[in-house]
Amino acid sequence: MSNSYPITVTINGKTIEKQVEPRMLLADFIRHEAGLTGTHVGCEHGVCGACTVLFDGKPVRSCIMLAVQANGHELTTVEGLAQSEDNMHPIQNAFWEAHGLQCGFCTPGILMTLVPFLEENKNPNEAEVREAISGNLCRCTGYQHIVDATLLAAKKLNEVAE
Amino acid sequence: MKPAPFEYHAPTSLDAALALKAEHGDDGKPLAGGQSLIPAMNFRVAQPSLLIDLNHIPELRHITKPNGSVHIGSMTLQSSAERDKLIAEHVPLLHEAIPNIAHPQIRNRGTIGGSLAHADPASELPVVALALGARFRAQSSAGERWIEAKDFFAGLFATALQTDELLTEIAFPTKTARTGYCFTEVARRHGDYAMAGLAAIVELDANDKIAAAKLVYLNVGDGPVDAASAAASLIGKAPEAAAFKEAGRIASQEDMHPFGNVHATPEYQRHLSAVLTERALATATQRAKVA
Ligand SMILES: Cc1cc2nc3c(=O)[nH]c(=O)nc-3n(C[C@H](O)[C@H](O)[C@H](O)COP(=O)(O)OP(=O)(O)OC[C@H]3O[C@@H](n4cnc5c(N)ncnc54)[C@H](O)[C@@H]3O)c2cc1C
Ligand code: FES
Ligand code: FES
Repeated sequence: MSNSYPITVTINGKTIEKQVEPRMLLADFIRHEAGLTGTHVGCEHGVCGACTVLFDGKPVRSCIMLAVQANGHELTTVEGLAQSEDNMHPIQNAFWEAHGLQCGFCTPGILMTLVPFLEENKNPNEAEVREAISGNLCRCTGYQHIVDATLLAAKKLNEVAE
Repeated sequence: MKPAPFEYHAPTSLDAALALKAEHGDDGKPLAGGQSLIPAMNFRVAQPSLLIDLNHIPELRHITKPNGSVHIGSMTLQSSAERDKLIAEHVPLLHEAIPNIAHPQIRNRGTIGGSLAHADPASELPVVALALGARFRAQSSAGERWIEAKDFFAGLFATALQTDELLTEIAFPTKTARTGYCFTEVARRHGDYAMAGLAAIVELDANDKIAAAKLVYLNVGDGPVDAASAAASLIGKAPEAAAFKEAGRIASQEDMHPFGNVHATPEYQRHLSAVLTERALATATQRAKVA
């Protein structure tokens, strides 16, 4: 009963055309069809934030969207942040330096939440950072190092801008 | 888990969507932001045979102010409404409530109409709609009607919408003189569903006595709970702490029947509701004095 639909999606600047069943979740499309496994799937009901990607520049949960809904849209995943392996995004460098991750499972979703947050908030305080990541669960760090890394990232981004 | 198979339609006009709804009735499930529906489908709590995706219908995304109310198209994103200047200026209660809905990632997809049609008693928007006396535009291929908020919410996750109808627009009355509005809630973590919360409206008369009041609570019943006797207890009184405390007592002990949940016992929900009533009334009164 479930037919498949042709979709065209741009991910990290690269255009992908595929046939998908309407019930395919966007997170599964990104991982299994586009082969970009940096986007993680934790809960599949919108709670943990691990699957956060940018949809037309805005952070969304890819586990509670259908792949067909991305037809004609642009996505950015964590793989789209670094320019190359030795030229990481300032936020990635900050997470590395300030120990903003342990197992790394939550990290892609946290980065994809924070990149647009830091674009809108150049000098956030600790409380604002904590609110910004309130929709992302981390089972390792206790969040303190994530907050530290984010504040460091804000500083780095401001230096880049100068 | 993953959703069960379904047929997918993405109509590009309201007429086409209404025709699908007329043809398929209850089997044709509207897909708005999907932020409640898709999690339910992932868990297979919901297994619709056909989805009518409303995201390609531009007529359903608009915010206008014809006269005396702000009209919001049902597919308006929660994040767009949050940043909208008309809403901020003319419907301050709605403006104050929206950031309490979930997280930014959810509000970037979730819609105003989807939240209201979902009618979750723990949600912020039904409380705001009932407190303000919003009106709901229901359209079908046979015609349209406007439904008052008090008639729209029909119990747990239920509304007055018929199987061939779509919610297309909601009209929120604009703020009035000498009236103050406040939305407040307590959640374990910012963005989580709240354990308790309310919308309070206070109107003052020429002598600074309370001329009218409205208190509507979330998550303490099978829909937004209008604490009518608590609000009535305030009429004619000076807006002072003792009156606020008494209103909180009546609301939490007589007007509501909380079920409790994993995070809060019914007693705790009553306690929070009483404390929040006092705070909300104090804030609304301050705002009424300068309005
Ligand atoms: C992690 C998480 C946390 C959340 N926290 C909160 C919170 O704190 N407060 C809160 O209020 N919500 C919360 N939500 C829910 C969120 O606000 C949803 O966006 C909202 O409940 C549903 O809106 P939607 O546009 O996503 O609708 P959908 O999920 O697409 O639809 C919901 C229901 O309404 C029906 N429907 C939608 N539009 C129409 C229409 N125009 N006409 C007729 N029927 C229609 C659908 O068929 C479906 O049954 C949360 C969600 C998640 C995933
Ligand atoms: S996997 Fe999407 S929010 Fe958890
Ligand atoms: S680093 Fe392990 S879940 Fe966050």
